[in-house]
Amino acid sequence: MGYDPKNPMVDRITDIGPPHFEQFYPQVVKDNKGKWLYHEMVQPGVMVHVSESGAECYTIRVASARLISIEHIRELCDISDAHCDGFMRFTTRNNVEFMVDNKAKVKPLLDDLASRGNKFPVGGTGACISNCVHTQGWIHCHTPATDASGVVKAVMDELFDHFVNMDLPAKVKLALACCLNMCGAVHCSDIAILGVHRKPPMIDHDAISGLCELPLAISSCPLGAIKPAKATNAKGEEIKSVTVNADRCMFCGNCYTMCPAMPLADPDGDGIAILVGGKVSNAKSNPTFSKMVIPFLPNTPPRWPETVAAVKNILETYAKDANQYERIGEWCARIGWEMFFEKTGIPFTMKSIDDYRLAYDTWRTTTNFKFTSHCK
Amino acid sequence: MPKHDTPLLDELEKGPWPSFVTDLKRQAETKPECWDILGQLELSFKDKITHWKHGGIVGVFGYGGGIVGRYSDSPKQFPGVAHFHTVRLNQPSSKFYSSAKLRDICNLWEKYGSGMTNMHGSTGDLVLLGTRTENLEPLFYDLTHDLNQDLGGSGSNLRTPSCCIGTARCEWACYDTASLCHHLTMHYQDEIHRPAFPYKFKFKMSGCPNDCVASIARSDFSVIGTWKDDIRIDQAAVQAYIKGEYKPNGGARTKSKAFDMDADVMALCPTKCMRMKDGKLQIDNKNCTRCMHCLNMMPRALRPGTVKGASILCGAKAPILDGAQLATLIFPFIEINPDSDYEEVIEIIESIWDWWMETGKNRERLGETMQRVGLPTFLKVMNVDPIPQHIKIPRENPYVFWTDEEVPGGFERDVREFRKKHAQ
Repeated sequence: MGYDPKNPMVDRITDIGPPHFEQFYPQVVKDNKGKWLYHEMVQPGVMVHVSESGAECYTIRVASARLISIEHIRELCDISDAHCDGFMRFTTRNNVEFMVDNKAKVKPLLDDLASRGNKFPVGGTGACISNCVHTQGWIHCHTPATDASGVVKAVMDELFDHFVNMDLPAKVKLALACCLNMCGAVHCSDIAILGVHRKPPMIDHDAISGLCELPLAISSCPLGAIKPAKATNAKGEEIKSVTVNADRCMFCGNCYTMCPAMPLADPDGDGIAILVGGKVSNAKSNPTFSKMVIPFLPNTPPRWPETVAAVKNILETYAKDANQYERIGEWCARIGWEMFFEKTGIPFTMKSIDDYRLAYDTWRTTTNFKFTSHCK
Repeated sequence: MPKHDTPLLDELEKGPWPSFVTDLKRQAETKPECWDILGQLELSFKDKITHWKHGGIVGVFGYGGGIVGRYSDSPKQFPGVAHFHTVRLNQPSSKFYSSAKLRDICNLWEKYGSGMTNMHGSTGDLVLLGTRTENLEPLFYDLTHDLNQDLGGSGSNLRTPSCCIGTARCEWACYDTASLCHHLTMHYQDEIHRPAFPYKFKFKMSGCPNDCVASIARSDFSVIGTWKDDIRIDQAAVQAYIKGEYKPNGGARTKSKAFDMDADVMALCPTKCMRMKDGKLQIDNKNCTRCMHCLNMMPRALRPGTVKGASILCGAKAPILDGAQLATLIFPFIEINPDSDYEEVIEIIESIWDWWMETGKNRERLGETMQRVGLPTFLKVMNVDPIPQHIKIPRENPYVFWTDEEVPGGFERDVREFRKKHAQ
């Protein structure tokens, strides 16, 4: 049978939802769900969960690039068929987890993974740099200020040793979003790489009439920088359009989301900001947002050396200086932000002082501070 | 044979991390449109700017979401990606798969798409990356008929719910996140597939306050497992940690210093509710906020209590527009009860939606509506009495919105009567 384009509604099936997850549980998971007692990391990338019944589930965690082909997925299937009764799962941070019910099955699986080149690095557990949560970038998105997969590849190549070893003070969650929409939810990450625009939108008067609802474009601006205006299109006709007050623009790109005739991406305007110190876990300290410490680095494909060096510098300064079990944000809070800038050598600029809404909450209103080289 | 030279992308074939460029080239051998993906991406690397057009509304009949339209701005140069629409498949809860299921999906995507995927999108969907408009209906037919699967959400609707691994393989999960996630996904198929909201709405379920799906940072409706009674302590195991027989923090650090109960656990406890007395660990559970640190440090000695449920928090979002928001605690503890089909959770969701669908402005996330009307108004809408757990600190300004009824005599007064006693 199959789809009949002449009768698209015949035999239509809708709203059936996803397949039920239980059919994809490995047997050891099915048997011990809700009965797990504790877990331990046997080595980087390998965990054991122990059940009340005494059963053990060994999990081997493997990185993926997130952007993967069906050929790659088929290879994952081959591995799980050979070692894991054909089951596997993916994590929130784009890793693949293979589970086996017996310690003896771990080494053959690790050997198999290692025999396949660099496709399946084992790691991503405990006090490591996590796999990078990220967005689409230039491979698929219409609003990015930087690429995603390319930057991630360049950064993770450099930080690779910290992915396959658990040698950091605590876990470090790394994330990248290619614009301020933050599909990657990088706003609560230990280290966030964020694509930023720096030029106000252009206005395409030749296209705006057909493409945009002007009131929506005007109201899309959180700072009221967009106003109705008359303009002349290429045919010399006077049309209703908009104008942008560049002094008020904070380059969020929300107008472009609402109105395709207002593009703002630009090879020189766009680049990367670095934010640090966010977390979502409630352990020890409350969940908190990441803070912007580097307002701009240029887009330098294919390997973004400035961004790679900046992330590495922050990570290594933290690794050297932080207490055991201290997340990056907890380290910054303990030593103080003036010491963060002192120790990392990152120049402190006006751009790291908040001047958006609720900015006052971030200004220092105490005499408690440290004398660093910033005090002249 | 490569269709375009890609000297910049070729640089990304080097290095120890898996290379998406090598992967794309491998896929291009059987799916030649991948050469055009590489070609257009190489052009973006050269030009330092995207070459995808803005939007384009495509979809399948009867659904208002699940497919994201995408077109190349250089289709003559890269005809293989002239149309490059995304298909979002609703993932199984906790992202468990069988190889049989994944092979079916691969075959479907080999037939109808580019062969490239994201495993997974940030919200949780399995993302099939790049197909043509005319393939959408046949793909959807095969997906629903042969694979027994469905699309996820996009646009101003309920986005595909997602959850952590939960009780399936975690000792800390305080409820079965996968079951709740699956139940709500099935219960709200209409809301996922047909946008009727002011803006997107996200559910995320984490089993404990470690919050492995970042629910508190990015979901409008965040369900985070917790417990009400005492942390369960195995005193012998506590001693084993102290003696160095067990690895602290589940062995999370290869180079850990020797375990130090004072420095590593008690000094880092945010409420300082723990002490050692006569060789036994004592926890003042009334003062514990269940942050998970001590459990994270000593998973073999400490376990969550047995009266388990979840906290409900509302209104998290990323920065666009009014700045990022973390979710705000609304219900400190509810039971997560599968026997009643999660009636209590569903009632809360529907009272939020009933109000937000009326009050929320176009493209206003729940957290922004909450900020606009204020937390007291939201609590009234939710029929929740205010408690100190709802706030970090009490109000610091004196500007209370008293109402007419709350003040004896009301707001109406006679200024002439006033003047009889108080000359101008």
